[in-house]
Amino acid sequence: MSATLNHVGLPRDAYKGAATTLCAGCGHNSITNHMIKALYELGIEPHRLAKMSGIGCSSKTPAYFVESAHGFNGVHGRMPSLTTGAQLANRQLIMLGVSGDGDTASIGLGQFLHMIRRNVDCTYIIEDNGTYGLTKGQFSATADLGSVQKKGAVNTFQPIDPCAVALTLGCSFVARSFSGDGKQVVPLIKAAIAHRGTAILDIISPCVTFNDHDGSTKSYSWVKDHEESIADVSFIPFFEEVHVDYEPGTIRDVELHDGSHIVLKKLGEDHDPTDRRAAMRVIEEGRAAGHLVTGLLYLDTTMDDFVTTEHIPQRPLRDLGESELRPTPEQFSQLMSEFA
Amino acid sequence: MTQQIINDLTIQAATVNGSGSQTANLVLTRAIFRMGIPVAPKNVFPSNIEGLPTWYQLRVTPEGHMARSDKVDILIAFNPATWHQDLKTVRPGGVVIHEEVFSNADVRSDVTYYPVPFAKLAKAKIQNDTLRKQLANMIYVGVVAGVLGIPLEALEHGVKRQFNSKPKAVQVNLDAIKVGHDYWQDNFSKKDPYRLEPMTGKVEGKVLVDGNQAAALGALMGGVTVAAWYPITPSSSVCENLIAYSERFRTDPKTGEKLISIVQAEDELAAVGMAIGAGWAGARAMTSTSGPGISLMAEFVGLAYYAEVPVVIFDIQRIGPSTGLPTRTSQADVAFAFNLSHGDTRHIVLLPGTVEECYEFARDTFDYADRFQTPVFMLSDLDLGMNLWMTPEFKYPDKPFDRGKVLSKADLERLAGEWGRYRDVDGDGVTYRTLPGTDHPAAGYFTRGSGHDEFARYTESAEVYERNMDRLARKLETARHSLPAPLVDESAGASTGVIAFGSTHAAVVEAREALAAAGKPVDYLRLRALPLSDELAAFVSRHERVYVVEQNRDGQVYDLVRLALPPNLVDRVRSIRHYNGQPIPAAAITEPLMSTEAVPA
Repeated sequence: MSATLNHVGLPRDAYKGAATTLCAGCGHNSITNHMIKALYELGIEPHRLAKMSGIGCSSKTPAYFVESAHGFNGVHGRMPSLTTGAQLANRQLIMLGVSGDGDTASIGLGQFLHMIRRNVDCTYIIEDNGTYGLTKGQFSATADLGSVQKKGAVNTFQPIDPCAVALTLGCSFVARSFSGDGKQVVPLIKAAIAHRGTAILDIISPCVTFNDHDGSTKSYSWVKDHEESIADVSFIPFFEEVHVDYEPGTIRDVELHDGSHIVLKKLGEDHDPTDRRAAMRVIEEGRAAGHLVTGLLYLDTTMDDFVTTEHIPQRPLRDLGESELRPTPEQFSQLMSEFA
Repeated sequence: MTQQIINDLTIQAATVNGSGSQTANLVLTRAIFRMGIPVAPKNVFPSNIEGLPTWYQLRVTPEGHMARSDKVDILIAFNPATWHQDLKTVRPGGVVIHEEVFSNADVRSDVTYYPVPFAKLAKAKIQNDTLRKQLANMIYVGVVAGVLGIPLEALEHGVKRQFNSKPKAVQVNLDAIKVGHDYWQDNFSKKDPYRLEPMTGKVEGKVLVDGNQAAALGALMGGVTVAAWYPITPSSSVCENLIAYSERFRTDPKTGEKLISIVQAEDELAAVGMAIGAGWAGARAMTSTSGPGISLMAEFVGLAYYAEVPVVIFDIQRIGPSTGLPTRTSQADVAFAFNLSHGDTRHIVLLPGTVEECYEFARDTFDYADRFQTPVFMLSDLDLGMNLWMTPEFKYPDKPFDRGKVLSKADLERLAGEWGRYRDVDGDGVTYRTLPGTDHPAAGYFTRGSGHDEFARYTESAEVYERNMDRLARKLETARHSLPAPLVDESAGASTGVIAFGSTHAAVVEAREALAAAGKPVDYLRLRALPLSDELAAFVSRHERVYVVEQNRDGQVYDLVRLALPPNLVDRVRSIRHYNGQPIPAAAITEPLMSTEAVPA
């Protein structure tokens, strides 16, 4: 039986990676699978992909998909700067950053903000579980006020909401989803990759070991239909799906930089994803009601990305040679005479 | 009148920071240089935008001595706040040009005074209201020109050079100089022995460049395409000059397209992170900083060392610890940079001793980074980086870039995909890498700062870890033999030697002349890179006593030298340290060497 090939002639297996070393049932593993599906379906050529990450459970995951692609597991919280530099060196690369809530909302908060400020063309996935898993369960800065740790400690601080922060900075793509909701995550990953600019995708991804218990607001049972284990997190899928074919009337059609369209099906109240204030309002209202709003919250396709504002050529800077990079001997000697 | 002193003097202008005095000082410098006389300016400035005292020392010698002088011959006293202090620095028989209204209390009787009503003259003679404050400084240029006999043509050259020949600016400045010159002629007769006379043979083919300008040009010629930086004194002008050169030489005037990206990062962590990301993706990448930035970069540098990513880091050293004296010079980052980051790390450190080497090393450092796939430090300092130095014109590079061991798609096809990112196939510790974007299924690998095997796979194996660390040590050993070798001058045939590096070089050159004249010649080895060369032990073995001269408190290179020597040679090494933030003068070397046993070991 021959495997189904995507439009670049690769089977789904070509997008797999090494076996995961994360805990069984970890939400991050679900995200890895969504990533594989999205990349396969998009027909991303592995050699064009650069998988970037920081430090933590989330940052290990780039080893678990598209093994033949280059990856860079950097230092804690500094994925954005590595990604920015790599993209300047070769703008032909498709930058896919995977980070956690420790990376993003604590040690690397500054780099997170400044990557958005520059609108570096990168899909930035936050595998957000509100906890430090590798160091055995301390709160992260995205943990909700009043959440309870496995050992009973109560979080006494306000959470940092990466989506709200991204919105205030004018991030050109802000979305939130849930690791268990492949139907929503996969199209959002695809849209984020298609988007030219910084695409923040905050995916709530429960930690089965340290943050999957009553009292945690980021828990869930890996048997998803156990209602009681969902605790107090409610999910309102704002857009049930992101499709390429759409029905007029109840949909919003957004053209992305690469010419593809995403079609956003609205459920419930009308949300205009190009309205930043509306996005802020939706987050705030969700928070007030104890809900986590998911879906594509905000999208701006008009903003120049970083390589555009930097005016660098389409050809990778890393490929330029002496004849292009050195002034001529005549120019050099003119410069020397000006020093006299 | 006492015997004339010609072309051998030190002028010190004591002014107020932010008042425009720097322009006047540079005009004076360029005018004297135009006369064919070697100049060595040192700018001693505060960490301040406006209001604090600042001094500019302009040393003039027929020999071309480049080190700071610790004697002042001619004081230009323009700052009432430091007037009494400044007066004490003038050597007996020296000259004091001062604002007329300064207090006469406690003045010395062993110097010549030329009091000038600078403020009154500026008010009466300078019509331009907005520029009066700045142009007042030009009046003292005119007075100095009168005292020392600087010809008008040289002054015109200095002004034109400083104002890029903008006719309007040139004229108002020349007019202000004339105000000072006229006042001198109308009110004084020459009472001091100092004179400047045009000379030949010393400055021909030479230019005036600061080390940061030279480093930026070197980086440009070395093919840098990604530079990320965070502003910090005294390194900011490296990237600022690079920006200027890039606008001129790397930008398409029609489209605005740039063959470089220079990013002002949010901090030094991000700056070095961007450079490492770019180096990983195959660009020639750099960052530029000073001590506090180096501290912040420590973690990332360890990643680049262990994951073997080429990156160039310019450290323009200033005085620490902590914020220290941000506008004063030092050589106290050497040991830190050499071993920067936790765990067992060790880096290539280049030690330019002249502005010409700032250019050449900056250019070649990208080759070293690519060849050895590791961070390379360019360790300059504030004295070298921010002061103008007289130097031979730089040479156009005669070599193409050396991009090191990079496997292309064709290479991978030839190898049938059989390669390991960290496999030492050549036995030199340097392995082959592929760049992201290489269109071959075997090209990709996972770069990480955690334990990895020859194929870049995660491992915690004790044996693999040790093997990898040994290879990294072997790689640095390979590099050690390729770095700029020490320059050895044993022409004195002496039993005593001096070892120095970096900007200390200028003081050593001058000290050796003075010592030879006093009948105590010394040989000289100048280090130009770390890890240390084998030349070092050979040099020490040929001398009974060797002095390591450096600008830090703890004798950092003295320690490294002793560690590198066989036990029987260790006792021969002594230490001379200068660490007050002022560039080391020759006297700091001659004095201890004249009384050899007075040197602390």
